[in-house]
Amino acid sequence: MRRFAPRAVLLGLAAPVGALVFAVLVCAVVLAATGHSLFDTIDAMVTAAQRPRTFVNSLNSATQYYLAAIAVAIGFRMKLFNIGVDGQYRLAAMLSAALAGATWMEGLPSVLRITMTIVAAMLVGAAWAGVAALLKVTRGISEVISTIMLNAIATYLVSYLLNPARLAEERPGSNNIGTRPITEGGQVGGIPVSGSSSDLFGLVFLAAAVGFAYWFVLSRTRFGFELKATGLSESAAVASGISVKKMVLLSMLLSGAVAGLVGLPQLLGSSHEYSLDFPPGIGFIGIAVALLGRNHPIGMALAAVLWGLLDNSANALDLAGVPREIVGIMQGVIVLSVVIAYELVRRYRVRTEQREVGKALGSTRDPAADGPKDDNREEASA
Amino acid sequence: MPTEPAGGEPAPAVELTGITKRFPGVVANSDVNITVRPGTVHALVGENGAGKSTLMKILYGMQQPDEGVIAVHGAPVVFASPADAIGAGIGMVHQHFMLADNLTVLENVVLGSEPGSAVALDFAAARRRIRDISDSYGLNVDPDRLVDELGVGERQRVEILKVLYRGARTLILDEPTAVLVPQEVDELFGNLRELKAEGLTILFISHKLDEVLSVADDITVIRRGTTVASVSPKEVTARKLAELMVGTALPVPELRESTVTDRPVLTVTGLTVTGADGRRVLDDVSFTIHAGEVLGIAGVEGNGQAELVEALMGIRAPAAGRIALGGRDITRLPTRRRREAGMGYIPEDRHRQGVVLESTLWENRVLGHQTRKPSSRGPLIDIRAAKADTERIVRDYDVRTPNIDVHASALSGGNQQKLIVGREMSADPVLLIASHPTRGVDVGAQAAIWDHIRRARAEHLAVLLISADLDELIGMSDSLSVILRGRLVADHDPATVTPEQLGSAMTGAEGED
Repeated sequence: MRRFAPRAVLLGLAAPVGALVFAVLVCAVVLAATGHSLFDTIDAMVTAAQRPRTFVNSLNSATQYYLAAIAVAIGFRMKLFNIGVDGQYRLAAMLSAALAGATWMEGLPSVLRITMTIVAAMLVGAAWAGVAALLKVTRGISEVISTIMLNAIATYLVSYLLNPARLAEERPGSNNIGTRPITEGGQVGGIPVSGSSSDLFGLVFLAAAVGFAYWFVLSRTRFGFELKATGLSESAAVASGISVKKMVLLSMLLSGAVAGLVGLPQLLGSSHEYSLDFPPGIGFIGIAVALLGRNHPIGMALAAVLWGLLDNSANALDLAGVPREIVGIMQGVIVLSVVIAYELVRRYRVRTEQREVGKALGSTRDPAADGPKDDNREEASA
Repeated sequence: MPTEPAGGEPAPAVELTGITKRFPGVVANSDVNITVRPGTVHALVGENGAGKSTLMKILYGMQQPDEGVIAVHGAPVVFASPADAIGAGIGMVHQHFMLADNLTVLENVVLGSEPGSAVALDFAAARRRIRDISDSYGLNVDPDRLVDELGVGERQRVEILKVLYRGARTLILDEPTAVLVPQEVDELFGNLRELKAEGLTILFISHKLDEVLSVADDITVIRRGTTVASVSPKEVTARKLAELMVGTALPVPELRESTVTDRPVLTVTGLTVTGADGRRVLDDVSFTIHAGEVLGIAGVEGNGQAELVEALMGIRAPAAGRIALGGRDITRLPTRRRREAGMGYIPEDRHRQGVVLESTLWENRVLGHQTRKPSSRGPLIDIRAAKADTERIVRDYDVRTPNIDVHASALSGGNQQKLIVGREMSADPVLLIASHPTRGVDVGAQAAIWDHIRRARAEHLAVLLISADLDELIGMSDSLSVILRGRLVADHDPATVTPEQLGSAMTGAEGED
């Protein structure tokens, strides 16, 4: 009811928009200091973003960023910091690519093949995150430390497996090496967009479904309620009969399972194999997008699209003679300032709410009863 | 407008004029006027939540008033921080001690104002000064003892010494007797008289009227954030003072007729809990609570009450013993199953265990009841039913809030507590574990909470009541046990026991060591 009051929406938007404006200002200073024109830069990026191809590529990037952001956000809602999304998705993409490309899979119906690939990716991601969860639950090891280490281990594990002697084959004529290419039946076709040479990933719908499931589980189910309560106050959760260890385990497994999906739109929609040039680092982008989108399913979607647009229009900057690194600076500043901005907005919201409750009830929450009439007291007019 | 001391009358040690503090959501101070004569004990009385603590925080520089003037010895001052207040000779002894257990008295006292140069500490000089202060005010504090070894009364004297060491001439004592048993209170009052005799001024905050009448020279009554009367203890009775505080007659905790049945609800046998260091924090505790019975547990805080409650709720695993609810062994059941079996829980620390401050009221209604109707339906949260039931609690338990979509953090402590009580009663519990159920709530809410417990007791609810308020314990209990160092050491009949007798038992002055 009151939640959708215009002011609440404005407050919700204040932080990200403020951070964005601040980031643009910082970039303007950097550009001015390095002797570049702000307007040329903006012009180049806007022109690029208007090209259908750039736009489609942005949405494709956003699809993966969104999945990574949800994986991170599941942890965030529990006050768990899953930095390991990166390792989880790379390992999951690699192993599921090997599965999807396997010769014996070719005889299976397409739907089954794709489903198996997706499930396998989720299981691998969950298992890799599960290692960190088990360490935390049984030995009290911070998931921050263990997931960072597991990222490194995943990197080496992937390069160990990505070897002609094991799961990969060499690409003749190049020094690239990759898993056996996934044949047509195992691929997910793209959606052609007029004017664009690249297609929209078919698995964009998977990302949307995951986003919906994330919203539904968190806001409508008992499990989601317990997850949120645990994140907000572990001691209150324990007193309410919530097993914190179980919640840690389950939420890490879920986070890992979603992380496992991150590489799939690219894998099944465009690369069709896991090779040395498979895009890395999406897990870390997911952290930034989750922060910017405030763990909110729609907020994160908008943040993911923004991130995708920034990334893909950066290419155009080189042509305009502006170093593309300016986009990296902008993204960094956005993340830093949005964290501060959200905290400021949160404090402001708590204060105004307390003040309004106080006002609605009379300044001293007096049940009327008796006493001298408070003429010099601030009384609510409404 | 400097107010010069006029004639022979010395300027007030502290004078507060027209102090107003608007404070979000909770009691504000409005137009507070207090004049504290130098060399006196001045008591500030008022019920919980009347605004005493806010006022003292303003005087101690922890908060700034929106309006009004503070004058010290006739000169107006502005305190931006406690350091300014200390600079003006005003020191505060907090209700909760702020001492490091593993340091000596000496180290604790000098902490933050270390003597000597930046490189070398001059402990010898500090030790001399502490001895001097201790001797001249009769505080009887040995600077070289470890704080860990000291009792509550001694710790409090260390706190007082700490403030004196920093040069305070006016001491604010915030509810100093709340943590003391009656005998220690007498000692404290002896110290206060000594300090007064040496020319110090004491501002004494309390809501215990007998104490105030015995120690104070002047009394200021504060009610709902404003000063309503200044009286001399010679002219008022405790009854009159109580009426000034409350505005109406004081509610009394009492049970009318016994509703105790012979049907045991909670049977605890040999319950033992060990701490992290292997020490027994709860040692072989056995008791039975019957349907319709309130069992009160009296004890100085930290004697195993928290562990007992957590063991009963399944939050802490016992080392030995058996807990049975209505004949069914629940010793190994997790908290949720115990709650589902009909255990309600009013925790001691509502912000830690009772509510999630950043959640809305209706979400807090679901908390702890997320597996039961009307909060949930199968695996789904039934938002509509939960909200409707929250509306009912807000109505029936008089939770003052504009709506149920505000966050719990926006409510005052008393209203949060009423919401918790309403929630825990809503599932028709068979057993209620109530830990300090009326701590920090105003008198109206206190009476209401007592009423709810009484009504539920009449309907055969069994209650375990833990409280630091001896009047509440004696008035509300059908039977009373005293807990000391993790053991139940004595049983008393609430119909005949006096607070003094309970106090003795609580410190182990009678019975075993």
